[in-house]
Amino acid sequence: MAFIELKGVEKFFGEQRAIKGIDLNIEKGEFVVFVGPSGCGKSTLLRLIAGLETVDGGSVHLDGRDITRLPSSKRDLAMVFQSYALYPHMSVYDNMSFALMLAKVNPAVIREKVEHVAKILNLEPYLKRTPKELSGGQRQRVAIGRAIVRSPKVFLFDEPLSNLDAALRGQTRVEIAKLHRELGATTIYVTHDQVEAMTLAHRVVVLRDGRVEQVGTPLEAYYRPNSQFVAQFIGTPQMNMVAGPDVAQFQSALSVPVPPGGYLGLRPESLTLSAPGGGQLQARVELVEALGAETLVYVSTARGTQLVARKNSTQNLPHVGDTVGVQIDATAAHLFDSKGQVVAPSAR
Amino acid sequence: MAPAPAFSTVLLVRTVVAWIVTLLLFFPLGWLVLTAFKTELQAISVPPLLFFTPTLDNFVEVERRSDYLLYAQNSLITSVVSTLLGLAIAAPAAYSMAFFRSKWTRDVLMWMLSTKMMPAVGALVPIYVLAQTAGLLDTRLVLIVVFTLSNLPIMVWMLYSSFREIPHEILEAARMDGATVWQEFRRVLLPLGMGGLFSTGLLCLVLAWNEAFWSLNLSAAKAGTLAALIASYSSPEGLFWAKLSCASFMAIAPIVVFGWFCQRQLVQGLTFGAVK
Repeated sequence: MAFIELKGVEKFFGEQRAIKGIDLNIEKGEFVVFVGPSGCGKSTLLRLIAGLETVDGGSVHLDGRDITRLPSSKRDLAMVFQSYALYPHMSVYDNMSFALMLAKVNPAVIREKVEHVAKILNLEPYLKRTPKELSGGQRQRVAIGRAIVRSPKVFLFDEPLSNLDAALRGQTRVEIAKLHRELGATTIYVTHDQVEAMTLAHRVVVLRDGRVEQVGTPLEAYYRPNSQFVAQFIGTPQMNMVAGPDVAQFQSALSVPVPPGGYLGLRPESLTLSAPGGGQLQARVELVEALGAETLVYVSTARGTQLVARKNSTQNLPHVGDTVGVQIDATAAHLFDSKGQVVAPSAR
Repeated sequence: MAPAPAFSTVLLVRTVVAWIVTLLLFFPLGWLVLTAFKTELQAISVPPLLFFTPTLDNFVEVERRSDYLLYAQNSLITSVVSTLLGLAIAAPAAYSMAFFRSKWTRDVLMWMLSTKMMPAVGALVPIYVLAQTAGLLDTRLVLIVVFTLSNLPIMVWMLYSSFREIPHEILEAARMDGATVWQEFRRVLLPLGMGGLFSTGLLCLVLAWNEAFWSLNLSAAKAGTLAALIASYSSPEGLFWAKLSCASFMAIAPIVVFGWFCQRQLVQGLTFGAVK
C-alpha cells in the first residue's frame, strides 16, 4: 500500500468542480512535484492533502490511515507556504520551535533540534531576530527550517521559491534537493516552474483543469508525453506543434502518417539546420537568440509554419533573413490525434 | 534647495485651515473647562469673561449634591465590563467571518450593521419592559447588557476588518504546526490582532462611557452613569452653567485623559497590520 493514497478526490468551489476525481499513489521517501498552469488545481490538491480545504468527494489516506476528515493539526504534515507565513510576532527560534512546543516536547530537546536545523540551514546567527529583520531568502530558509524541525511524515511545499529572485531561486532549489537527499522525507512540491519540476522530482504529476494529465518521471514527461498538453507544457522553449494541413510538408520525413486532424510535435533539439537546399524543407530565419551555451533559431517555412530549433553552439549562426534547410529527426517526432492524445510515442 | 513657492503657499493655507478647524472644534470644550472654574455669576456675565480668578467651589458643590464617585464607578464598571464582554463575543465572531467565509458572511455583516440604523428609541419600550419584568431597572447589569449589545455590531465590523489584514496563511501555518483552534486563536491571532482589539476596545469604551440615552432611560440613582449626572444638572432648578460645566468636565475628563495616554498604542495598533 502506498504511503499517500488519493482515491477519487474531488473539490467544489460553489458550482465549480475544481478537482475532478484524482487518484494518485505516492511512495514513502518519494519527491513528487505537482506541476501545471495557473488554475489547474495543483495548489488546491496540495491544500486538500494538508487538510486546509475540505474534501468534497473521495478519500485521502496517509500511512494506511484515512485522514480525509482529520483536521490539519492532527495530520503530522509540515507545509512551506509561498508567502513563507512566518509568525511575525515571534523570533526565528520561536517560529521554528512553535510546533514542538505545541506538541509539549521537552524544552532541552527542542533547543537541540532547533539548533541542529539552524546549523544545517545557516540560520544560527539569526535565531533571535524577528522575520521582518530577515531577507527574503533567509525567511524562506526559516520557513523550511520550521517544517524540518518537526520531522513530519510528509513535507508539503506550495510554490516556495516563487517570491525569490532568479539567482536565489536556483540556489534554494539546489538546497532543497540536497535536504531531501539527506532527510529522505516524503515530499510533495507544487510549482508552475518546470525547471523546478524537472530538477527536483522523482515523479511529476502534470495537472490540467482539475485532472491528472500524466504521472511519470521528469524525463518520461519530456520524452514520452501522453498528450499534446504535456508535450507543450514540459520543456523550454515549447515543443513545436504543427497542426492540420501544415503537417503535409513534413510527411515525407515521417515513417508513420499523422492522423487526420492530428498534430506533429517536434522538440527544438530534434530540428537540425543546414545550408540552403539541405534537409527536408526550406525555411527563412526570423529571429536568432544566442543564450551562450545554446542558441535558439526561430524560422518560418514557405507555408508560414513557425518553428524553433535549438543549436548547442554559438558557432556558424545563421542571420535573420537567411534561408536554411531544416532536417527533422523522425525518430524524435511525437504524433497526436485530433483530441491531442498521443498515437505514436517518439522512438527515443 | 529652496522649496517651490507654490508649495509653501499651499502648505500655509493648509496649516491655517487646519488651525481654524481645530480651534472651532476645541472651542466649546475649552469654554466648558473654563466655565467649570467660574462662579455662577461669572459664568453668565456679559460680555463673557476670559480672565478671572478660578474657583473650585463647583467641584465641592457637585460632589456634595450628588455622589460623583458613585456615578464615576458606575460609568467605569459598565463601560469596562461591556467592552470586555463585547470583545469576548465579537472576536470569535470576527475570526470566523474573516477566515472561514461563507456565502452568507456579507449578509450577516450587513444585517449586524443594519441594527445600528434603527433609532435607539425604537427599541426603548420593549427593552424597558424586558428590564422591568426581569427586575433589572436601575442596575449596572442591564446597562452592561444593553451597552454590549449596542456596541457589538461596531466591534464585529472593526475586528473583522482588522483580522482581514492578517494573512490567512499564517493561521494555516499554525494549524499545520499542530495548533488547535484555541491555540491558533490565543497564540497567533490574538498577538497579531492586538492592535485591532485594542483600538476596537478603546473606541467601544469611549462609546459606552459617553452613552446617555440608555443610561438616562434605564437607570436612576443607583446605577446612573456620569451621563446621568450631567443631565441632573441641566434643568429642574433653572440652568446653573458653572455647575453643569463642572459636572460635564468631571464626566469627560477621565476618558479624555485615558484616550490621550492610549494615543500612541492606538496609532501603533492601527498600523500593526501593515507589517508583512
